[in-house]
Amino acid sequence: MTADWLTAFLGRLTTREIQAQEEPAAGLAPAHLLTVQADDWGQFAHEAKNWDCRWVAAWGEDSGDDLIANACFEKDGTYLVARTHVKRATPILPSHTPYFLAADRPERHMQDMFGIAFMDHPDPRRWTRHRAWKESEYPLRKNFPAAGNPLAQTPPNDNYRFLFAHGSGVYEIPVGPVHAGIIEPGHFRFQAVGETVLNLEERLGYVHKGIEKIAEGRDAKGLARLAGRVSGDSTVAHAWAACMAMEKAAGIEVPPRALALRAIMAERERVANHLGDIGAICNDVSFAFAFYQFGRLREVWQRVSRETFGHRFMMDRIVPGGVLSDLDDQASGSMQKQMVSLKKELDGLYNIIDDLPSLEDRLDTTGHLSPETAKAFGALGYVGRASGIPYDVRKDAPYAPYDRLSVEVPVFQDGDVAARVKVRAEEILASFKLIETLIEYLPPGSVRADWKPAPAGAEGLGFTEGFRGEILAYVRFGENGQIARYFPRDTSWLTWPTLEKLIRDNIVPDFPVCNKSVNGSYSGHDL
Amino acid sequence: MLRILGKIQRIGIVTEPLPKIDEPALEEVGAQIKAKIGEMFSGSLAIRQVDAGSCNGCELEIHALNNPYYGIERFGVHFVASPRHADMLLVTGPVSRHMEAALRRTYDATPEPKLVIAVGECGANGGEFGVSYASCGAVSNVIPVDAVIRGCPPTPLDLMRGILQAVGELPALK
Repeated sequence: MTADWLTAFLGRLTTREIQAQEEPAAGLAPAHLLTVQADDWGQFAHEAKNWDCRWVAAWGEDSGDDLIANACFEKDGTYLVARTHVKRATPILPSHTPYFLAADRPERHMQDMFGIAFMDHPDPRRWTRHRAWKESEYPLRKNFPAAGNPLAQTPPNDNYRFLFAHGSGVYEIPVGPVHAGIIEPGHFRFQAVGETVLNLEERLGYVHKGIEKIAEGRDAKGLARLAGRVSGDSTVAHAWAACMAMEKAAGIEVPPRALALRAIMAERERVANHLGDIGAICNDVSFAFAFYQFGRLREVWQRVSRETFGHRFMMDRIVPGGVLSDLDDQASGSMQKQMVSLKKELDGLYNIIDDLPSLEDRLDTTGHLSPETAKAFGALGYVGRASGIPYDVRKDAPYAPYDRLSVEVPVFQDGDVAARVKVRAEEILASFKLIETLIEYLPPGSVRADWKPAPAGAEGLGFTEGFRGEILAYVRFGENGQIARYFPRDTSWLTWPTLEKLIRDNIVPDFPVCNKSVNGSYSGHDL
Repeated sequence: MLRILGKIQRIGIVTEPLPKIDEPALEEVGAQIKAKIGEMFSGSLAIRQVDAGSCNGCELEIHALNNPYYGIERFGVHFVASPRHADMLLVTGPVSRHMEAALRRTYDATPEPKLVIAVGECGANGGEFGVSYASCGAVSNVIPVDAVIRGCPPTPLDLMRGILQAVGELPALK
C-alpha cells in the first residue's frame, strides 16, 4: 500500500523535473525503492527535506562498473530507499548533508569506504578512515581484499585537523581514545573556559574492525553471528534486523512462535540495558546507592535470561528462520515471577530517585537537547523521546509480532538528562507489559523455519527497535547463498552528534553524565 | 537535609539480602584470589581495562564484577583510571588497527612488573572478527600476553577464575 504522502511526493518530484522512478523490490518492502539520477541526488534530498521526511541512513555498494549509493528516508512510518548509480571512474555525487545534518558522518564513512566523493559536503575530513589502509584504497570496493595490505604497525591517528578555538582563557582538553573507565574507546576534544564547555568535537572510528567487509562471503548463519556482535549490548536487536533482512530476501516466513520469542528477547535486552544505564547515570553524579541497586537488578535480570535462553545477553539465540531454542512453561513462569517482584522494587526505587533534591540538582536542565535540535539531527530512541520525538519502529512501522500489540512509548519535552532517565524508567515498565502479553499469548508451533538460500542478487531490508532506537540492516545475497553486502545502521549514528550539541554550556564535570545519558555505541558506529 | 534524612529513615534499607546464587564457586574463587593477591601484591591488585576493539559485550561483564553480587573489590581487586596505576591490563576485543598504537602506548605506560590478560574469544584469537585490513586479531599479536580468558563474552565468574589463574601462575615476585 502506497502512503498518500509518497504519491504526492512523487508528483512534486515530477513538477521539479527530478527524475525518480519507482521500482519493484520485494525484499525491501514495505519500504519503497526509487531510482534517482545521480545529478538529481542532492535536489532529491532537498525535496525530501521540504516534504518533512526524516533522513534514516546511507550506504554504498560496488556493482562493478558502477558504484551504487543508497539513502533511506522515512515519513509517517513509511520508508523510502533512494538509489543512484555513479561511474566507478568518476564517483562524484551531490551531498545530502546540506539538507540533513544526520547525513554528515554517514556520507564521510561512504567516502572513506567506497571512494564516493560528495562534492558539496561541508566537511571534507575523513571519518572512519584513520591510517589502517592506504590513501588510494577503499575497503568496501570488491577488488580490495578483506586482509588488506596492512603495515607492520599502524601509525597513530595524529594528523586529524580538529576545530580550533581562540580567545583569552580558552583551553583544550583531549580525552581518549583510551578512556579512564571500563568503556569503549574514542576521542573527545573539548574547548572550555573555566569549567564551561564551549565546544566538543568527537573523533570516532577507533574500533572500526571491518564488519561490513568481513560479512561478505559468509552464509546466513555466519552473518547472524556477526550481526550479533555489531554492538554487544544490542546483540538481539542487530541479529534480529539482519535476520529480518535475510528472511525477506530469501522469502522465508518465520513461524509466529519464533517471532514472539524474538520480541521477548528484544524486550529483555531493553530492560537489562536501561537498568544498567539508570544506575550508571546516577553513579556519574555520585549517587552510589542507585548504582548498586540498579546493578543488582540488572544482574538478576541477566541471570534469568541465561536460565531461559541460555546466554546472559541472549547472544546467538536469533538465527535465520527463527530462534535457537523454545521456551517452556517453567522458564516463562520464572520470567513472570521475576517481573512481579522487580516491578515492586522499581516502584520503590523510582520514588526515591524522583524525589531526591541532589539528583534533581545534577540531572534537571543538564545536557539540554531542544526538540528542534533533536529533530534536525534525526535523534531517536530515548534521546529523541526525551526531546519530544515519539518515533518508535514497534509502533510507527510495526513488524510482527508488534503489529498485534499495543506499544506504550513514553515521550517528554524537557530534553535534559533527567528526561532521558524518565524515558528509560518508563520503557522498562512498558516492556514488562509487552513481555507479559507475549508470554500469555505465545503462539504454538515450531520455532524455526528451514533456511533456503536466497537467489543471487536478492536484497532485503530489516528494521527493529533496539534499546537505543531504530536499527536498520541491509543485506544483498551473492552467489551460492553467500552475503555480498551487509550494512547495519545502529541508532548511535544519529545520537552521537547530538552529544556535541547538548554538552555546550554545561560544565566539564557534567560530561560523563551527559555522555552516559546518550550512551552511544562506539562499536555499532565504527563498524 | 532534614528532608533527605527523613526520607532515608522512612524508606529504611531497601537493599535486600542477596539471594543465594547458583555459583558456589564464587566465594571460593574470591577467597583464593584474595589470598594470592595478599601474597603477591601486598593486598591489592590494580587493573586497567583497555577496550582495543571489542563489541562492548566483554565490558558489560567486566562492569558486572563491580555489582553487589560479585563485588570484586572485597577480594582486593580494583579498577583504576590510568595504566600508570596498574598492575594488570585487562584487554578486550580483536585489536582494531586503529587502536593498535593506543594499545602499545598503554602497555608501555604500565610500570613493570605487569600482567596482561586477553579477554574474550576476540582477545584470545580474534573471535568473530579474525585478522583483516581493520583488525590485528588476538591481543598477543600486538603486545605480550600472560593469560587468556575465553568466552563470548566470558561470564563474571569466568573473569574471576581467569584473574585468579593469571595471578596464581606468577612466580613469587620477591
